[in-house]
Amino acid sequence: MTDLNRTCLYDLHLETGAKMVPFAGYEMPVQYPMGVMGEHTHTRTKAGLFDVSHMGQVILRGPDAAAQLEALVPVNIQGLAEGRQRYALFTNDQGGIMDDLMVANRGDHLFVVVNAACKDADIAHMQAHLTGVEPITDRALIALQGPDAETALARLVPGVTDMRFMDVATLDWDGTALWISRSGYTGEDGFEISVPDTRAERLCRALLEMDEVMPIGLGARDSLRLEAGLCLYGHDITTDTTPSEGNLNWAIQKIRRTGGAREGGFPGAERILKDLADGPSRLRVGLLPQTRAPMREGTPLFASADGDAPIGAITSGGFGPSVGAPISMGYVPVALSEIGTKLFGEVRGKRLPVTVAPLPFRPSTYRK
Amino acid sequence: MKFTEDHEWLKVDGDLIVVGITAHAAEQLGDVVFVELPEPETQVTKGDEASVIESVKAASDILAPLDGEIVAVNDALADNPGLVNEDPQGDAWFFKMKIDDMSALDEYMSEDQYNEFIA
Repeated sequence: MTDLNRTCLYDLHLETGAKMVPFAGYEMPVQYPMGVMGEHTHTRTKAGLFDVSHMGQVILRGPDAAAQLEALVPVNIQGLAEGRQRYALFTNDQGGIMDDLMVANRGDHLFVVVNAACKDADIAHMQAHLTGVEPITDRALIALQGPDAETALARLVPGVTDMRFMDVATLDWDGTALWISRSGYTGEDGFEISVPDTRAERLCRALLEMDEVMPIGLGARDSLRLEAGLCLYGHDITTDTTPSEGNLNWAIQKIRRTGGAREGGFPGAERILKDLADGPSRLRVGLLPQTRAPMREGTPLFASADGDAPIGAITSGGFGPSVGAPISMGYVPVALSEIGTKLFGEVRGKRLPVTVAPLPFRPSTYRK
Repeated sequence: MKFTEDHEWLKVDGDLIVVGITAHAAEQLGDVVFVELPEPETQVTKGDEASVIESVKAASDILAPLDGEIVAVNDALADNPGLVNEDPQGDAWFFKMKIDDMSALDEYMSEDQYNEFIA
């Protein structure tokens, strides 16, 4: 693993017993001694601490930053209030999704968090179209997620109790400015915290000392987000899927749609607006395998037990520890996307029943 | 008890052999969430896929360690796959085989040899 990057929390991961794996060019913890199932359950019942420093943090400055960013995303950025954060998508000229991201209005600038695997491409894309792009290279990003996240973080940063879901704020911890958002990737209430590299380990140690908080690896991060029905870029959404196909119409505000005040004006607008108006031909749906066998990414889907050609495929799948059963997401034709539709997934040569199910698999507990 | 390089254990039980996965393998797999067992009374050849284990991480095959007939399977694993993590070298056996030639067991490792193999 010589060519891999390490986050500033690498030594702490080893000290806490992490098993490290390569992920998006980084050596990252996939699990700790508690194990994926235990870490998942701990996050759902108490609080889990995640190192997500491999993700890209970028500041966009200048009076036109919001208008310029709107030219790259089908999202209302100019209307994003100060102190608020919003989900967005970089789209390409064909209407495909290049990445999904979070955009926060932090007063005199926008703060953007992008996926680790896409960050170099995203930064190049933004630099080609925006003027004040400043990649952040000296701050770690950690997430504290779960029902006890607020209690735990408030011991260090009392101001977080005033935040609600998707708020962002700069709050002081022991002389250090933390950039905090009340959001995450687990379906739980929680926070993402940008902290200077030099202070990240101390902050993590202060949190890990608390009874409620345990370190959580990428394994549980994946099962948590899957139960929450959240997309994993490169799997559930790609350059081959449009926002409507990805069941992400909610991310495109009316003002950017046909008839809106700032209609279109983003890459792939023609296709994306057409999908919004006419409906896409296929759709990302939740899928509940009807046997105990998990249906993982790549599992082909069929309309019947003996049908010829696959009608779709699983894009994410595994076991949902809080659901207590296997869960999957995948793409099916709209005609077969109704909740309760019975389909078949082919696992090791056998057609096993699977049913279209509502997303998320487990209700989210965001503090709205 | 004998051990294979595929991290299975084999134990003689009268005229049958019992097959399971080692504690080391169970730990590497992580939490087991699904076990697919073979049909009893199936003839297998050494190296055939005899069971599938799905953990939170991935699916893995269990191969038939010897030529013979599967005569019994551990249905408890279908209901409680987590047993593989709790008691891999005891209650979580996978299947019992009748093999043609018991001396074929000799090719596999002793416990000491296996411990050295995984060290």
